[in-house]
Amino acid sequence: MAKTMQGSGGIGDKWNDLKENVQGSQAWSSIFRPGSIFRKGYNDSPRNRSYVIMNSVLYHLHPVKVKRHAVKVSYTLCLGGLSFFLFILLTVTGIFLMFFYRPTAAQAWDDIYALQTSVTFGLLVRNMHRWAAHLMVLSVFLHMARVFYHGAYKAPREFNWVIGVILLTLTLLLSFTGYLLPWDQLALWAVTVGTNMMGYTPVLGSQVRFVLLGGAEIGTDTLLRWYVLHVLFFPFVTVIFMAIHFWRVRKDGGISGPL
Amino acid sequence: MSEVPEHLLKRAQEARDKAAAKKAAAAGGDAPAEGSADSGDSGSSSEADSRIPAHLLERSKAAKARKAGGGEEASAEGGGGTAVATKPDSAVSAGAGLPTGAGPGGHTQRLLTVVKSGSIQDIKAKPQDKVHVWPHLLVIEFVAALVCTAFVFIFSWLVNAPLLELANFNQTPNPSKAPWYFLGLQELLTMFHPMVAGVTIPGMGIFILILAPYIDKNPSNKPEDRKFAISLMTVHLMFWAVLVIIGSFFRGPGFNFTLPWIDGLFFEL
Repeated sequence: MAKTMQGSGGIGDKWNDLKENVQGSQAWSSIFRPGSIFRKGYNDSPRNRSYVIMNSVLYHLHPVKVKRHAVKVSYTLCLGGLSFFLFILLTVTGIFLMFFYRPTAAQAWDDIYALQTSVTFGLLVRNMHRWAAHLMVLSVFLHMARVFYHGAYKAPREFNWVIGVILLTLTLLLSFTGYLLPWDQLALWAVTVGTNMMGYTPVLGSQVRFVLLGGAEIGTDTLLRWYVLHVLFFPFVTVIFMAIHFWRVRKDGGISGPL
Repeated sequence: MSEVPEHLLKRAQEARDKAAAKKAAAAGGDAPAEGSADSGDSGSSSEADSRIPAHLLERSKAAKARKAGGGEEASAEGGGGTAVATKPDSAVSAGAGLPTGAGPGGHTQRLLTVVKSGSIQDIKAKPQDKVHVWPHLLVIEFVAALVCTAFVFIFSWLVNAPLLELANFNQTPNPSKAPWYFLGLQELLTMFHPMVAGVTIPGMGIFILILAPYIDKNPSNKPEDRKFAISLMTVHLMFWAVLVIIGSFFRGPGFNFTLPWIDGLFFEL
């Protein structure tokens, strides 16, 4: 490092001084834990490979080592990880959309239209949100199928399968509540069909429908209600269940073995 | 006790000898201790050998002396040390009942027990073939995330999400379809009472799915051992897939059966 900088003389030394000052500062060492590669530098060694995981937030998601079969591409369809990644992608694009959207019957459709026609990248981000949502339903479904066919729901992973089925249901609910928000003909009548079906719940049918719609018929109250469910309630619940899901994956001994 | 490893027994014996030697040294000043490896050393030099910093030893010695004699002696002994070393002494002397925190020979740690491996920990009999998560797994995950983002980005660039005309309560589109993942249910609606198709069947489906690991007691995960479970799941998944495909592509106006290559598609994502 120093040799390559020799041509520029003092600049290399200054750079090293600056680096030492920054890495020796209290702020730096308060950000990076003892043992972090950002404190002590990284050269490729088994110890440093462990430190990358051990001294970063990734340790919550991954152990330091995994069984070799876990990284074989044939077994790493990575569908669970991709579902999580799509959730993140949907959160990012969704936050962008929230800046331009008001959940009232009078303004919702106009806001979406304005987003597509006069907001920079508005159309692209809305498309990404929509397609990523459909893709997430698909990937969660395929993830469930893979887990079943590998028998990965068996002991000691029974309870994580239960959490997984709950997450599948939550994914469908997230997608379905988002379906109404554009407030176009497609949204209105798809949700009409869906909520009419829920209205046939035994005993509580009409009450369930009333609570879901915020009234006897779909209207601006329904829109507000489903908006809050879509952007706050269901993501909140989903994040909690995902945290338990990921925690249990590690506690139950990592991903399941090969067939 | 026969199960304590020999080297630990040896170490404990050495520590005991050393403690005895030191006790003798403290009692008799420069008197050499018997049976110890470093028997020729004086008390002060054996203290220098130990890993414990001098000021801490000084402090513990002072506390011990104080317990035996009085406060003046402690301050006289500690006078050789720094102010930092003497200050905690007075704090300790305030609480007379506090332990001095030093064991035999000035050691602050001692062996309490030896726990055999395997008695409280689950020891894997044979080592497993493992690889580091960084870089092997993280690189794969990163590439997967990049490919996924690229796919969504390019697809969104090429295909626009539908935005039909403003919602209109007075104009029901024909056909009206639910989102694609509910079209299987809507398809069932043509065959059963809405309570059965819309609530009972999907509710039972989710319930049985949740119970799957508790119903399936077969411990094997090999496909050849679980032909029944795999067949049942495949039939179940295909049942929904076929219903969703029929509902999506083969239902036209009035939700009547159509052929997409003749009448066109009645489907919006």
